[in-house]
Amino acid sequence: MKVEQISIFLENKPGALESVMRLLKDADINIRSLSLADTSDFGILRLIVNDANRALKVLNENGLRVSRTSVVAVEVPDRPGGLHSILATLAQHGINVEYLYAFIEKSGENAVIIFRFDAPDAAVEVLSKNGFTVLPGERLYSF
Amino acid sequence: MIYNEDFETLPREVLETLQLKRLQQVAQRVYHTVGFYKKAFDKAGVQPDDIKTLPDIKRLPFTTKQDLRDNYPFGLFAAPMSSVVRLHASSGTTGRAIVVGYTKRDVDTWSELMARCFVAAGLTKNDIIHNAYGYGLFTGGLGAHYGAEKLGASVIPMSGGNTKRQIMILQDFGPTAICCTPSYALNLAERGSAMGVDMRSLKLRVGIFGAEPWSEKMRDEIENKLNLSALDIYGLSEVMGPGVSMECMEGRSGMHVFEDHFIVEVINPETGEALPYGEEGELVFTTITKEAFPLIRYRTRDISRLIAEPCRCGRSHIRMDRVTGRSDDMLIIRGVNVFPSQIEAVLIGITGLEPHYQLIVDRVGAMDTLEVQVEVSEKAFANADEVRYLQNLEKGLAKDLKDYVGVTAKIKLVEPKSLQRSEGKASRIIDKRKM
Repeated sequence: MKVEQISIFLENKPGALESVMRLLKDADINIRSLSLADTSDFGILRLIVNDANRALKVLNENGLRVSRTSVVAVEVPDRPGGLHSILATLAQHGINVEYLYAFIEKSGENAVIIFRFDAPDAAVEVLSKNGFTVLPGERLYSF
Repeated sequence: MIYNEDFETLPREVLETLQLKRLQQVAQRVYHTVGFYKKAFDKAGVQPDDIKTLPDIKRLPFTTKQDLRDNYPFGLFAAPMSSVVRLHASSGTTGRAIVVGYTKRDVDTWSELMARCFVAAGLTKNDIIHNAYGYGLFTGGLGAHYGAEKLGASVIPMSGGNTKRQIMILQDFGPTAICCTPSYALNLAERGSAMGVDMRSLKLRVGIFGAEPWSEKMRDEIENKLNLSALDIYGLSEVMGPGVSMECMEGRSGMHVFEDHFIVEVINPETGEALPYGEEGELVFTTITKEAFPLIRYRTRDISRLIAEPCRCGRSHIRMDRVTGRSDDMLIIRGVNVFPSQIEAVLIGITGLEPHYQLIVDRVGAMDTLEVQVEVSEKAFANADEVRYLQNLEKGLAKDLKDYVGVTAKIKLVEPKSLQRSEGKASRIIDKRKM
Protein backbone atom coordinates (compact mmCIF):
# COMPACT_ATOMS: atom_id res chain seq x y z
CA MET A 1 0.00 0.00 0.00
CA LYS A 2 2.89 2.30 -0.53
CA VAL A 3 3.63 4.80 -3.25
CA GLU A 4 6.95 5.30 -5.04
CA GLN A 5 8.27 8.79 -4.82
CA ILE A 6 11.30 10.15 -6.63
CA SER A 7 13.52 12.70 -4.93
CA ILE A 8 15.98 14.84 -6.85
CA PHE A 9 18.77 16.98 -5.41
CA LEU A 10 18.81 20.46 -6.93
CA GLU A 11 21.15 23.35 -6.46
CA ASN A 12 19.49 26.65 -5.78
CA LYS A 13 20.22 28.30 -9.11
CA PRO A 14 18.29 29.45 -12.15
CA GLY A 15 17.48 26.64 -14.56
CA ALA A 16 17.95 23.76 -12.13
CA LEU A 17 14.27 22.92 -11.98
CA GLU A 18 13.73 23.66 -15.65
CA SER A 19 16.32 21.12 -16.76
CA VAL A 20 14.66 18.34 -14.75
CA MET A 21 11.28 19.21 -16.22
CA ARG A 22 12.69 19.21 -19.73
CA LEU A 23 14.07 15.69 -19.23
CA LEU A 24 10.70 14.48 -18.01
CA LYS A 25 8.86 16.20 -20.83
CA ASP A 26 11.15 14.69 -23.44
CA ALA A 27 10.64 11.25 -21.91
CA ASP A 28 6.86 11.80 -21.95
CA ILE A 29 6.53 11.36 -18.20
CA ASN A 30 3.56 12.92 -16.45
CA ILE A 31 3.72 14.31 -12.93
CA ARG A 32 0.89 13.44 -10.56
CA SER A 33 2.02 15.52 -7.66
CA LEU A 34 5.12 17.28 -6.50
CA SER A 35 6.67 19.26 -3.70
CA LEU A 36 9.86 21.25 -3.46
CA ALA A 37 11.73 21.52 -0.17
CA ASP A 38 14.21 24.35 -0.17
CA THR A 39 17.07 25.59 1.99
CA SER A 40 19.27 28.59 1.33
CA ASP A 41 21.44 26.77 -1.16
CA PHE A 42 19.87 23.51 -2.22
CA GLY A 43 16.49 21.96 -2.69
CA ILE A 44 14.93 18.54 -2.91
CA LEU A 45 12.30 18.05 -5.56
CA ARG A 46 9.88 15.21 -4.77
CA LEU A 47 7.73 13.78 -7.50
CA ILE A 48 5.06 11.21 -7.97
CA VAL A 49 4.89 10.32 -11.64
CA ASN A 50 3.04 7.91 -13.88
CA ASP A 51 6.15 5.77 -14.43
CA ALA A 52 8.68 5.95 -11.60
CA ASN A 53 11.09 3.39 -13.04
CA ARG A 54 11.44 5.14 -16.34
CA ALA A 55 11.73 8.55 -14.70
CA LEU A 56 14.51 7.27 -12.42
CA LYS A 57 16.35 5.82 -15.38
CA VAL A 58 16.16 9.03 -17.42
CA LEU A 59 17.23 11.25 -14.54
CA ASN A 60 20.04 8.94 -13.52
CA GLU A 61 21.34 8.75 -17.06
CA ASN A 62 21.51 12.51 -17.10
CA GLY A 63 23.71 12.62 -14.03
CA LEU A 64 21.21 13.81 -11.44
CA ARG A 65 21.31 12.62 -7.84
CA VAL A 66 18.04 10.78 -7.57
CA SER A 67 16.59 8.51 -4.92
CA ARG A 68 13.49 6.42 -4.52
CA THR A 69 11.42 6.73 -1.37
CA SER A 70 8.24 5.03 -0.20
CA VAL A 71 5.48 7.36 0.80
CA VAL A 72 1.90 6.78 1.87
CA ALA A 73 -1.09 8.31 0.07
CA VAL A 74 -4.27 8.81 2.06
CA GLU A 75 -7.58 9.88 0.58
CA VAL A 76 -9.81 12.22 2.57
CA PRO A 77 -12.98 14.13 1.74
CA ASP A 78 -12.12 17.63 0.51
CA ARG A 79 -13.71 19.60 3.33
CA PRO A 80 -12.66 21.40 6.55
CA GLY A 81 -11.13 19.00 9.06
CA GLY A 82 -10.16 16.39 6.43
CA LEU A 83 -6.44 16.53 7.11
CA HIS A 84 -6.99 17.07 10.80
CA SER A 85 -8.82 13.78 11.17
CA ILE A 86 -5.76 11.90 9.84
CA LEU A 87 -3.31 13.82 11.97
CA ALA A 88 -5.40 13.31 15.10
CA THR A 89 -5.24 9.55 14.59
CA LEU A 90 -1.50 9.65 13.91
CA ALA A 91 -0.86 11.77 17.00
CA GLN A 92 -2.87 9.39 19.15
CA HIS A 93 -0.67 6.52 18.00
CA GLY A 94 2.57 8.45 18.39
CA ILE A 95 3.41 8.36 14.69
CA ASN A 96 5.71 11.10 13.44
CA VAL A 97 5.32 12.79 10.06
CA GLU A 98 8.55 13.68 8.26
CA TYR A 99 6.81 15.78 5.63
CA LEU A 100 3.64 15.86 3.60
CA TYR A 101 2.08 17.43 0.57
CA ALA A 102 -1.30 17.18 -1.06
CA PHE A 103 -3.37 17.45 -4.22
CA ILE A 104 -7.03 17.35 -5.12
CA GLU A 105 -8.42 14.49 -7.14
CA LYS A 106 -9.82 15.28 -10.58
CA SER A 107 -13.36 14.49 -9.46
CA GLY A 108 -12.98 17.31 -6.95
CA GLU A 109 -14.57 15.41 -4.08
CA ASN A 110 -11.49 14.06 -2.41
CA ALA A 111 -8.03 15.25 -1.57
CA VAL A 112 -4.98 13.01 -1.47
CA ILE A 113 -2.36 13.63 1.18
CA ILE A 114 1.11 12.21 0.56
CA PHE A 115 2.90 11.37 3.80
CA ARG A 116 6.48 10.48 4.51
CA PHE A 117 6.78 8.51 7.76
CA ASP A 118 9.73 7.09 9.70
CA ALA A 119 7.80 3.84 9.96
CA PRO A 120 5.48 3.63 6.95
CA ASP A 121 4.26 0.08 7.63
CA ALA A 122 3.05 0.91 11.11
CA ALA A 123 1.42 4.07 9.79
CA VAL A 124 -0.45 2.21 7.06
CA GLU A 125 -1.72 -0.30 9.59
CA VAL A 126 -2.99 2.35 11.99
CA LEU A 127 -4.66 4.37 9.22
CA SER A 128 -6.36 1.36 7.66
CA LYS A 129 -7.65 0.15 11.02
CA ASN A 130 -9.11 3.56 11.69
CA GLY A 131 -11.08 3.61 8.49
CA PHE A 132 -8.92 5.82 6.31
CA THR A 133 -8.49 5.02 2.62
CA VAL A 134 -4.87 4.32 1.91
CA LEU A 135 -4.38 4.39 -1.85
CA PRO A 136 -2.23 1.82 -3.61
CA GLY A 137 0.49 3.19 -5.85
CA GLU A 138 -1.21 2.04 -9.05
CA ARG A 139 -4.27 4.18 -8.31
CA LEU A 140 -2.09 7.23 -8.02
CA TYR A 141 0.09 6.61 -11.05
CA SER A 142 -2.96 6.25 -13.26
CA PHE A 143 -5.16 9.06 -11.95
CA MET B 1 64.45 52.62 19.39
CA ILE B 2 66.43 49.40 19.67
CA TYR B 3 65.91 46.77 22.38
CA ASN B 4 69.21 44.93 22.12
CA GLU B 5 71.58 47.46 20.62
CA ASP B 6 74.62 45.16 20.99
CA PHE B 7 73.21 42.47 18.76
CA GLU B 8 70.87 44.41 16.50
CA THR B 9 73.54 46.82 15.30
CA LEU B 10 76.50 44.42 15.05
CA PRO B 11 78.79 45.37 12.15
CA ARG B 12 78.08 43.00 9.26
CA GLU B 13 81.43 41.18 9.44
CA VAL B 14 81.07 40.54 13.16
CA LEU B 15 77.45 39.45 12.65
CA GLU B 16 78.51 37.06 9.89
CA THR B 17 81.28 35.57 12.02
CA LEU B 18 78.70 34.96 14.76
CA GLN B 19 76.29 33.43 12.24
CA LEU B 20 78.95 31.07 10.93
CA LYS B 21 79.92 29.91 14.40
CA ARG B 22 76.28 29.29 15.31
CA LEU B 23 75.56 27.59 12.00
CA GLN B 24 78.46 25.20 12.51
CA GLN B 25 77.18 24.37 15.98
CA VAL B 26 73.62 23.74 14.87
CA ALA B 27 74.77 21.61 11.90
CA GLN B 28 76.80 19.43 14.28
CA ARG B 29 73.95 19.18 16.73
CA VAL B 30 71.20 18.19 14.28
CA TYR B 31 73.52 15.74 12.52
CA HIS B 32 74.25 13.92 15.74
CA THR B 33 70.87 14.12 17.46
CA VAL B 34 68.19 13.96 14.73
CA GLY B 35 68.10 10.86 12.54
CA PHE B 36 66.30 12.71 9.77
CA TYR B 37 69.09 15.28 9.38
CA LYS B 38 71.88 12.69 9.47
CA LYS B 39 70.20 10.85 6.60
CA ALA B 40 69.51 14.08 4.69
CA PHE B 41 73.12 15.35 5.11
CA ASP B 42 74.58 11.97 4.12
CA LYS B 43 72.33 11.82 1.08
CA ALA B 44 73.42 15.32 0.04
CA GLY B 45 77.05 14.26 0.54
CA VAL B 46 77.74 16.92 3.14
CA GLN B 47 79.12 16.67 6.66
CA PRO B 48 78.84 19.32 9.40
CA ASP B 49 82.62 19.82 9.16
CA ASP B 50 82.21 20.91 5.53
CA ILE B 51 80.69 24.19 6.68
CA LYS B 52 83.78 26.41 6.61
CA THR B 53 82.25 29.66 5.44
CA LEU B 54 78.78 31.17 5.53
CA PRO B 55 78.10 30.54 1.81
CA ASP B 56 78.75 26.83 2.51
CA ILE B 57 75.18 26.79 3.86
CA LYS B 58 74.16 26.22 0.23
CA ARG B 59 75.62 22.73 0.47
CA LEU B 60 73.11 21.74 3.16
CA PRO B 61 69.86 20.08 2.07
CA PHE B 62 66.51 21.88 2.25
CA THR B 63 63.88 20.90 4.80
CA THR B 64 60.27 21.02 3.63
CA LYS B 65 56.88 21.10 5.25
CA GLN B 66 56.41 17.52 4.08
CA ASP B 67 59.51 16.50 6.04
CA LEU B 68 57.93 18.05 9.12
CA ARG B 69 54.70 16.18 8.51
CA ASP B 70 56.51 12.92 7.90
CA ASN B 71 58.11 13.26 11.31
CA TYR B 72 54.88 14.12 13.14
CA PRO B 73 54.72 14.71 16.04
CA PHE B 74 58.17 14.89 17.67
CA GLY B 75 60.51 13.26 15.13
CA LEU B 76 62.58 16.37 14.43
CA PHE B 77 63.08 17.44 18.04
CA ALA B 78 66.76 17.85 18.89
CA ALA B 79 66.24 18.06 22.64
CA PRO B 80 64.83 15.46 25.03
CA MET B 81 61.22 15.98 26.12
CA SER B 82 62.46 16.62 29.65
CA SER B 83 63.92 19.92 28.49
CA VAL B 84 61.00 20.89 26.26
CA VAL B 85 58.76 23.35 28.11
CA ARG B 86 56.27 24.29 25.39
CA LEU B 87 54.56 22.76 22.37
CA HIS B 88 52.72 24.56 19.59
CA ALA B 89 51.08 23.06 16.52
CA SER B 90 49.57 24.02 13.22
CA SER B 91 46.07 22.88 12.40
CA GLY B 92 45.46 19.68 10.47
CA THR B 93 44.48 16.08 10.90
CA THR B 94 47.06 13.49 11.94
CA GLY B 95 49.78 13.47 9.36
CA ARG B 96 48.90 16.95 8.17
CA ALA B 97 49.70 18.94 11.29
CA ILE B 98 53.10 20.25 12.32
CA VAL B 99 54.29 20.28 15.90
CA VAL B 100 57.05 22.52 17.23
CA GLY B 101 58.76 22.45 20.62
CA TYR B 102 60.65 24.98 22.72
CA THR B 103 63.15 24.64 25.54
CA LYS B 104 63.24 27.20 28.32
CA ARG B 105 66.00 29.01 26.45
CA ASP B 106 64.01 28.91 23.18
CA VAL B 107 61.06 30.59 24.94
CA ASP B 108 63.46 33.20 26.34
CA THR B 109 64.93 33.86 22.89
CA TRP B 110 61.47 34.12 21.35
CA SER B 111 60.36 36.51 24.10
CA GLU B 112 63.40 38.68 23.47
CA LEU B 113 62.80 38.76 19.72
CA MET B 114 59.17 39.76 20.24
CA ALA B 115 60.36 42.43 22.71
CA ARG B 116 62.71 43.66 19.99
CA CYS B 117 59.70 43.89 17.66
CA PHE B 118 57.71 45.96 20.13
CA VAL B 119 60.63 48.32 20.68
CA ALA B 120 61.12 48.61 16.92
CA ALA B 121 57.49 49.77 16.89
CA GLY B 122 58.34 52.46 19.40
CA LEU B 123 56.81 50.77 22.44
CA THR B 124 58.19 50.82 26.00
CA LYS B 125 57.22 49.37 29.36
CA ASN B 126 54.79 52.24 29.73
CA ASP B 127 52.59 50.95 26.94
CA ILE B 128 49.45 48.83 27.20
CA ILE B 129 49.34 46.18 24.48
CA HIS B 130 46.01 44.73 23.34
CA ASN B 131 46.96 41.29 22.05
CA ALA B 132 44.24 39.97 19.74
CA TYR B 133 46.30 37.17 18.23
CA GLY B 134 44.77 33.80 19.03
CA TYR B 135 46.03 32.11 22.21
CA GLY B 136 46.48 28.37 22.17
CA LEU B 137 48.30 26.02 19.84
CA PHE B 138 48.73 28.89 17.37
CA THR B 139 52.01 30.69 18.13
CA GLY B 140 50.66 34.23 17.64
CA GLY B 141 48.97 34.83 21.00
CA LEU B 142 51.55 33.46 23.41
CA GLY B 143 54.47 34.67 21.28
CA ALA B 144 53.35 38.28 21.43
CA HIS B 145 52.29 37.88 25.06
CA TYR B 146 55.71 36.75 26.30
CA GLY B 147 57.43 39.49 24.31
CA ALA B 148 55.19 42.15 25.81
CA GLU B 149 55.89 40.88 29.33
CA LYS B 150 59.61 40.68 28.60
CA LEU B 151 59.50 44.34 27.64
CA GLY B 152 57.57 45.08 30.82
CA ALA B 153 54.57 46.50 29.03
CA SER B 154 51.04 45.77 30.28
CA VAL B 155 49.52 43.10 28.13
CA ILE B 156 45.80 42.47 27.63
CA PRO B 157 45.56 38.77 26.66
CA MET B 158 42.51 39.32 24.50
CA SER B 159 42.91 36.49 21.95
CA GLY B 160 40.71 36.42 18.84
CA GLY B 161 36.95 36.74 18.44
CA ASN B 162 34.42 38.41 20.73
CA THR B 163 34.62 41.58 18.70
CA LYS B 164 32.12 43.61 20.72
CA ARG B 165 34.02 42.89 23.90
CA GLN B 166 37.29 43.81 22.20
CA ILE B 167 35.83 47.18 21.26
CA MET B 168 34.65 47.75 24.81
CA ILE B 169 38.11 46.99 26.17
CA LEU B 170 39.78 49.17 23.54
CA GLN B 171 37.66 52.05 24.90
CA ASP B 172 37.83 51.25 28.60
CA PHE B 173 41.41 50.03 29.10
CA GLY B 174 42.91 52.49 26.65
CA PRO B 175 45.62 50.28 25.15
CA THR B 176 48.26 52.22 23.21
CA ALA B 177 49.16 49.32 20.88
CA ILE B 178 47.32 46.45 19.26
CA CYS B 179 48.51 43.14 17.76
CA CYS B 180 46.27 41.21 15.37
CA THR B 181 45.88 40.29 11.72
CA PRO B 182 45.48 43.31 9.43
CA SER B 183 42.07 42.13 8.29
CA TYR B 184 40.90 41.84 11.89
CA ALA B 185 42.11 45.41 12.53
CA LEU B 186 39.87 46.57 9.70
CA ASN B 187 37.05 44.47 11.03
CA LEU B 188 37.41 46.05 14.48
CA ALA B 189 37.38 49.49 12.86
CA GLU B 190 34.22 48.72 10.91
CA ARG B 191 32.36 47.02 13.73
CA GLY B 192 33.35 49.77 16.15
CA SER B 193 32.08 52.49 13.83
CA ALA B 194 28.86 50.57 13.32
CA MET B 195 28.44 50.52 17.11
CA GLY B 196 28.83 54.28 17.14
CA VAL B 197 32.34 54.28 18.61
CA ASP B 198 34.79 56.89 17.31
CA MET B 199 37.57 54.43 16.48
CA ARG B 200 39.95 57.27 15.61
CA SER B 201 39.89 58.72 19.09
CA LEU B 202 41.01 55.58 20.93
CA LYS B 203 44.42 55.76 22.62
CA LEU B 204 45.93 53.33 20.09
CA ARG B 205 49.21 54.68 18.72
CA VAL B 206 50.70 51.65 17.03
CA GLY B 207 49.42 48.45 15.43
CA ILE B 208 51.59 45.39 14.84
CA PHE B 209 49.95 43.36 12.14
CA GLY B 210 50.89 40.02 10.66
CA ALA B 211 50.01 36.36 10.09
CA GLU B 212 48.56 37.11 6.67
CA PRO B 213 49.64 39.00 3.54
CA TRP B 214 48.55 42.60 3.23
CA SER B 215 49.36 45.66 1.17
CA GLU B 216 50.29 49.33 1.38
CA LYS B 217 46.70 50.11 0.46
CA MET B 218 45.48 48.17 3.50
CA ARG B 219 48.09 49.93 5.62
CA ASP B 220 46.69 53.34 4.58
CA GLU B 221 43.15 52.18 5.26
CA ILE B 222 43.95 50.82 8.74
CA GLU B 223 45.99 53.90 9.69
CA ASN B 224 43.20 56.13 8.52
CA LYS B 225 40.39 54.27 10.25
CA LEU B 226 42.17 53.62 13.56
CA ASN B 227 44.44 56.68 13.61
CA LEU B 228 47.62 54.74 14.38
CA SER B 229 50.90 53.70 12.76
CA ALA B 230 50.55 50.25 11.22
CA LEU B 231 53.65 48.05 11.09
CA ASP B 232 54.26 44.67 9.50
CA ILE B 233 55.55 41.67 11.44
CA TYR B 234 56.54 38.28 10.06
CA GLY B 235 56.95 34.85 11.52
CA LEU B 236 55.95 31.25 11.16
CA SER B 237 55.55 28.54 13.75
CA GLU B 238 58.08 26.24 12.13
CA VAL B 239 60.85 28.82 12.41
CA MET B 240 59.72 30.16 15.81
CA GLY B 241 56.43 32.05 15.62
CA PRO B 242 55.86 35.78 15.29
CA GLY B 243 59.01 37.85 15.65
CA VAL B 244 61.23 36.33 12.98
CA SER B 245 61.33 39.76 11.37
CA MET B 246 59.79 43.15 12.05
CA GLU B 247 59.42 46.50 10.40
CA CYS B 248 60.91 49.44 12.30
CA MET B 249 59.07 52.69 12.94
CA GLU B 250 61.98 54.69 11.50
CA GLY B 251 62.16 52.85 8.17
CA ARG B 252 58.64 51.48 7.66
CA SER B 253 59.97 49.70 4.62
CA GLY B 254 60.76 46.02 4.94
CA MET B 255 61.12 43.85 8.02
CA HIS B 256 64.47 43.32 9.76
CA VAL B 257 65.28 39.62 10.07
CA PHE B 258 66.89 38.95 13.44
CA GLU B 259 70.02 37.59 11.88
CA ASP B 260 71.81 36.73 15.09
CA HIS B 261 69.21 33.94 15.40
CA PHE B 262 68.24 33.16 11.82
CA ILE B 263 69.98 32.91 8.46
CA VAL B 264 67.68 33.93 5.64
CA GLU B 265 68.09 33.10 1.96
CA VAL B 266 65.93 33.64 -1.09
CA ILE B 267 65.83 30.85 -3.65
CA ASN B 268 64.27 30.15 -6.98
CA PRO B 269 61.34 27.91 -5.96
CA GLU B 270 61.62 25.90 -9.17
CA THR B 271 65.33 25.14 -9.16
CA GLY B 272 66.32 25.65 -5.52
CA GLU B 273 69.13 27.92 -6.64
CA ALA B 274 70.04 30.76 -4.24
CA LEU B 275 69.17 34.21 -5.60
CA PRO B 276 71.10 37.43 -5.03
CA TYR B 277 69.78 40.19 -2.76
CA GLY B 278 66.94 42.12 -4.30
CA GLU B 279 65.57 39.32 -6.43
CA GLU B 280 62.16 37.92 -5.67
CA GLY B 281 61.93 34.28 -4.70
CA GLU B 282 61.06 31.87 -1.89
CA LEU B 283 62.25 32.64 1.63
CA VAL B 284 64.39 29.96 3.28
CA PHE B 285 65.30 30.09 6.97
CA THR B 286 67.90 28.31 9.06
CA THR B 287 67.53 28.69 12.81
CA ILE B 288 70.96 28.97 14.42
CA THR B 289 70.13 29.20 18.13
CA LYS B 290 67.02 27.09 18.62
CA GLU B 291 67.50 24.05 20.84
CA ALA B 292 64.32 21.97 20.72
CA PHE B 293 63.33 22.41 17.09
CA PRO B 294 66.21 23.63 14.95
CA LEU B 295 65.52 23.86 11.24
CA ILE B 296 68.04 23.66 8.42
CA ARG B 297 67.23 25.61 5.26
CA TYR B 298 63.48 25.45 5.77
CA ARG B 299 61.50 26.26 2.66
CA THR B 300 58.73 28.62 3.78
CA ARG B 301 56.95 28.81 0.40
CA ASP B 302 56.54 32.54 1.12
CA ILE B 303 57.58 34.78 -1.76
CA SER B 304 59.54 37.92 -0.96
CA ARG B 305 62.91 39.56 -1.58
CA LEU B 306 65.78 40.70 0.62
CA ILE B 307 66.85 44.31 0.97
CA ALA B 308 70.56 44.65 1.70
CA GLU B 309 70.75 48.46 1.83
CA PRO B 310 71.30 49.78 5.37
CA CYS B 311 68.22 51.09 7.16
CA ARG B 312 68.04 54.53 8.73
CA CYS B 313 67.15 52.97 12.09
CA GLY B 314 70.74 51.81 12.59
CA ARG B 315 70.02 48.09 12.67
CA SER B 316 72.54 46.11 10.66
CA HIS B 317 70.13 43.24 10.13
CA ILE B 318 68.95 42.65 6.59
CA ARG B 319 65.37 43.44 5.68
CA MET B 320 62.82 41.34 3.82
CA ASP B 321 60.04 42.87 1.76
CA ARG B 322 56.35 42.23 2.32
CA VAL B 323 55.39 38.67 1.50
CA THR B 324 53.68 38.93 -1.86
CA GLY B 325 52.48 35.38 -2.36
CA ARG B 326 53.09 31.68 -2.01
CA SER B 327 54.92 29.16 -4.12
CA ASP B 328 52.36 26.50 -3.16
CA ASP B 329 48.58 26.40 -2.87
CA MET B 330 48.34 27.41 0.78
CA LEU B 331 45.58 29.90 1.54
CA ILE B 332 45.59 32.25 4.49
CA ILE B 333 42.05 32.80 5.69
CA ARG B 334 41.58 35.16 8.63
CA GLY B 335 45.16 34.40 9.65
CA VAL B 336 44.67 30.63 9.52
CA ASN B 337 46.88 28.68 7.13
CA VAL B 338 44.78 26.33 5.04
CA PHE B 339 45.92 23.81 2.49
CA PRO B 340 43.33 22.45 0.07
CA SER B 341 44.77 19.00 0.82
CA GLN B 342 43.71 19.41 4.47
CA ILE B 343 40.16 20.13 3.37
CA GLU B 344 40.29 17.13 1.06
CA ALA B 345 41.46 14.91 3.93
CA VAL B 346 38.44 16.00 5.98
CA LEU B 347 36.07 15.42 3.05
CA ILE B 348 37.33 11.90 2.53
CA GLY B 349 36.48 11.14 6.15
CA ILE B 350 32.81 12.08 5.69
CA THR B 351 30.44 9.50 4.30
CA GLY B 352 28.00 11.01 1.91
CA LEU B 353 30.26 13.53 0.24
CA GLU B 354 32.44 13.14 -2.82
CA PRO B 355 36.03 14.35 -2.64
CA HIS B 356 35.19 16.74 -5.47
CA TYR B 357 35.25 20.24 -4.13
CA GLN B 358 35.92 23.83 -4.93
CA LEU B 359 37.04 26.54 -2.57
CA ILE B 360 35.74 30.06 -3.04
CA VAL B 361 37.66 32.62 -1.01
CA ASP B 362 36.38 36.17 -0.80
CA ARG B 363 36.58 39.19 1.43
CA VAL B 364 33.32 40.61 2.69
CA GLY B 365 33.99 43.93 4.35
CA ALA B 366 37.29 43.28 6.08
CA MET B 367 36.73 39.60 6.75
CA ASP B 368 37.82 36.68 4.63
CA THR B 369 35.16 34.16 3.80
CA LEU B 370 35.60 30.58 2.68
CA GLU B 371 32.90 28.66 0.87
CA VAL B 372 33.45 24.96 0.30
CA GLN B 373 31.37 23.61 -2.54
CA VAL B 374 31.17 19.86 -2.47
CA GLU B 375 29.28 17.26 -4.44
CA VAL B 376 26.67 15.07 -2.76
CA SER B 377 27.37 11.39 -3.26
CA GLU B 378 24.92 9.03 -4.88
CA LYS B 379 24.93 6.83 -1.82
CA ALA B 380 24.15 9.62 0.60
CA PHE B 381 21.18 10.75 -1.39
CA ALA B 382 19.88 7.25 -2.01
CA ASN B 383 19.71 6.65 1.72
CA ALA B 384 17.70 9.69 2.57
CA ASP B 385 15.82 12.33 0.73
CA GLU B 386 15.40 14.50 3.75
CA VAL B 387 16.54 18.08 3.96
CA ARG B 388 17.58 17.50 7.54
CA TYR B 389 19.96 14.71 6.57
CA LEU B 390 21.68 16.88 3.96
CA GLN B 391 21.82 19.83 6.32
CA ASN B 392 23.43 17.58 8.93
CA LEU B 393 26.03 16.64 6.34
CA GLU B 394 26.74 20.34 5.85
CA LYS B 395 26.92 20.98 9.56
CA GLY B 396 29.14 17.96 10.16
CA LEU B 397 31.58 19.09 7.50
CA ALA B 398 31.64 22.66 8.82
CA LYS B 399 32.37 21.36 12.31
CA ASP B 400 35.14 19.01 11.15
CA LEU B 401 36.76 21.82 9.17
CA LYS B 402 36.65 24.03 12.26
CA ASP B 403 37.98 21.25 14.50
CA TYR B 404 40.74 19.87 12.29
CA VAL B 405 41.70 22.73 10.00
CA GLY B 406 40.73 25.58 12.30
CA VAL B 407 38.80 27.49 9.69
CA THR B 408 35.17 28.59 9.61
CA ALA B 409 33.63 27.72 6.28
CA LYS B 410 30.25 27.95 4.65
CA ILE B 411 29.37 24.63 3.06
CA LYS B 412 27.43 24.45 -0.15
CA LEU B 413 26.28 21.08 -1.44
CA VAL B 414 26.19 20.97 -5.20
CA GLU B 415 24.88 18.56 -7.80
CA PRO B 416 26.99 15.58 -8.80
CA LYS B 417 29.56 16.19 -11.50
CA SER B 418 28.80 19.90 -11.48
CA LEU B 419 32.32 20.78 -10.35
CA GLN B 420 35.07 20.92 -12.86
CA ARG B 421 37.28 17.82 -12.69
CA SER B 422 40.60 19.46 -12.00
CA GLU B 423 43.79 18.86 -13.91
CA GLY B 424 45.95 20.92 -11.60
CA LYS B 425 45.41 22.18 -8.11
CA ALA B 426 44.69 25.75 -9.07
CA SER B 427 41.24 25.15 -10.47
CA ARG B 428 40.04 23.97 -7.07
CA ILE B 429 40.54 27.46 -5.70
CA ILE B 430 38.83 30.66 -6.69
CA ASP B 431 40.35 33.51 -4.70
CA LYS B 432 38.36 36.68 -5.28
CA ARG B 433 40.16 38.73 -2.64
CA LYS B 434 41.87 41.95 -3.54
CA MET B 435 44.49 43.04 -1.01
